[in-house]
Amino acid sequence: MSERTRGAALATVAGLAAGWLALALLVWLYGESPRGVVADLVAGTWGMPYGVGQVLYKATPLLLTGVAVDLALRAGLFNIGAEGQLAVAGLAVATVASRLPAATPAWIAIPAAVAVAALAGAAWAAPPAILRARYGAHEVISTIMMNRIADAVVGFALVGGLAIPGTVRTPEVVAGAHLPRLEALGMQSMRGSAVSLALPLAILVALFAAGWLARSRIGREVVLVGLGPIACAAEKIPVARRLATALMLSGAVAGVASIAPVLGYKGYFESGLGAGAGFGGIAVALLGRGHPAGLVLAALLFGTLEQGGLVINGRVPMEVTTVLQGVVIVAVALADARVRSALLWRRTA
Amino acid sequence: MSALSAILSATMLAQTLRMAIPYACAGLGGVWSERSGVVNIALEGILLSGGLGGVVVHVATGSPWAGVVAGAAVGAAIGLLHALIVVRGRVDAIVSGLAINLAAVGATRFVLRALYASSSNSPPVEGFRWGGMGGASGAALLARTVTDPFALATAVLVAASAWALMQTRFGLRVRACGEGPVAAASVGVDVSRVRLLAVALGGAICGLGGVALAYDQHQFQSGMSGGRGFIALAAVILSGWRPGRAAAACLAFAALDAVQIVMQDQARGVGYLAQMLPYLATLVALWAIARRRGEGAIEGRVPAGLGK
Repeated sequence: MSERTRGAALATVAGLAAGWLALALLVWLYGESPRGVVADLVAGTWGMPYGVGQVLYKATPLLLTGVAVDLALRAGLFNIGAEGQLAVAGLAVATVASRLPAATPAWIAIPAAVAVAALAGAAWAAPPAILRARYGAHEVISTIMMNRIADAVVGFALVGGLAIPGTVRTPEVVAGAHLPRLEALGMQSMRGSAVSLALPLAILVALFAAGWLARSRIGREVVLVGLGPIACAAEKIPVARRLATALMLSGAVAGVASIAPVLGYKGYFESGLGAGAGFGGIAVALLGRGHPAGLVLAALLFGTLEQGGLVINGRVPMEVTTVLQGVVIVAVALADARVRSALLWRRTA
Repeated sequence: MSALSAILSATMLAQTLRMAIPYACAGLGGVWSERSGVVNIALEGILLSGGLGGVVVHVATGSPWAGVVAGAAVGAAIGLLHALIVVRGRVDAIVSGLAINLAAVGATRFVLRALYASSSNSPPVEGFRWGGMGGASGAALLARTVTDPFALATAVLVAASAWALMQTRFGLRVRACGEGPVAAASVGVDVSRVRLLAVALGGAICGLGGVALAYDQHQFQSGMSGGRGFIALAAVILSGWRPGRAAAACLAFAALDAVQIVMQDQARGVGYLAQMLPYLATLVALWAIARRRGEGAIEGRVPAGLGK
């Protein structure tokens, strides 16, 4: 293990320990026993096959949004807009997949649906990408504004004719567009949980994104732009175009995250479906440190917390897990800064 | 009443002024923080936490004034936390701000459920009620709005911030830390201390805005900040980091908010479109600023040491 990897691992452990303490403190303040609540949380998630399935189901969109945020982060951009990109893509996927001919086979319907999700997500990331690449407007505020606009646009589109009249949900997608659940593929023990083929797909996307960043010319340039845009400009790398590429690709992956709830679980889109995964993806990306294995582990951690929050909701408010996300992000970043300066100090000493 | 005459009425003006208060307080918070060199996207979380802090103390003590103090204190504490993480902990300000906003969303719901057994809203609070100026006419409403303690306090804070930033020793130090932290340090200014103070002061003002927002609705609702902290930040950038102009920009965003509320009573579809007006306007404003910056028009106004 290199010194850098060891440092990152150390910082992560320290961050998680701080998160653990914060959880215990909040539970204790609420008047419950931390030990009992944590025991419930573990038993309800990793302690039973259904719980494991649910954790994996919750981790699926988180992994994809985590990869999405990470892609932008590599170029030095914060994509806070995954939330809106996912919502718009979810609506687009459900709308298109419900209007395909009823007999469309899965090998056409599913790739088509994934493509629609990616295109819709990328399209929703395009205005901030152009504002940033062409005019230098900071992407943090613009992507947040796009989230709010997405809420309004999705609501308008649902009321305005895409939903079944009188409801806030779209019609059911055609049979071929349903992503098979893992329980239907021989993993009987996860019966009832919504984990679907979207999970292996998400892992493939994570691996592919890592390979693309490490090996393709454009991917390498994206990483280099993130490391030093001025040097890149001097080397005639088209910096603005690479920034736009990274942000729109990030939007595309965030869009694909919508297929886990839409095609793998509900079979339709409804207002609010998949909400929260976009912000969760930021935490996953910050914890995953740009490594596919790190992203998978971080998605599993936050998937566990999300499912665990539901399990313990009767004893303590499930919102403790949201607080925990914030604490872990800050604690890991703080520990990271410590490790970084220690490494720097050792190198110069 | 037609939509247009509703928009051009005294009621509308009153609504705009009322809605501008949280924006302007958050904007002032942003000016103080960013003029000292600390990027602050935590304004959103501070509005939320300050609002809840104010309502909790108001409910507990029955005194709206105690709530105001509590809201400002919570805002200052979170501002200080953000500054500590960024200045002393050397964490990216965006990361810290995101984490604080995330934790604020969760923590406010947690506290609501812990204290009031509901994760969506608090019990109703009275807020400030001025007797003697009843009446439902637009003019009466306008009179009530202008004499509201929050409106007066906001006006005073805008003027005081502009003066303090430009005319006092502390303001000069804040600006020095924002423009050139290294140079400021070299003449003996304790840069990190000045930044901690400036961000905490900004947090207190922003927290006040949260209390105004909650008192205005006569209760705290989870997520009630609704992106106002981010819009206020756009107003700060639009203003070139100047308190008076930031408040003016906030007034413009508030006018769109007020239009949106009037239009929501129209057909349902139109309501959705109106809902995105302030956000769309923010995007357009960002584009306009960035374009002007490209032409070198506002480069000189960005605090040169922002984020350094």
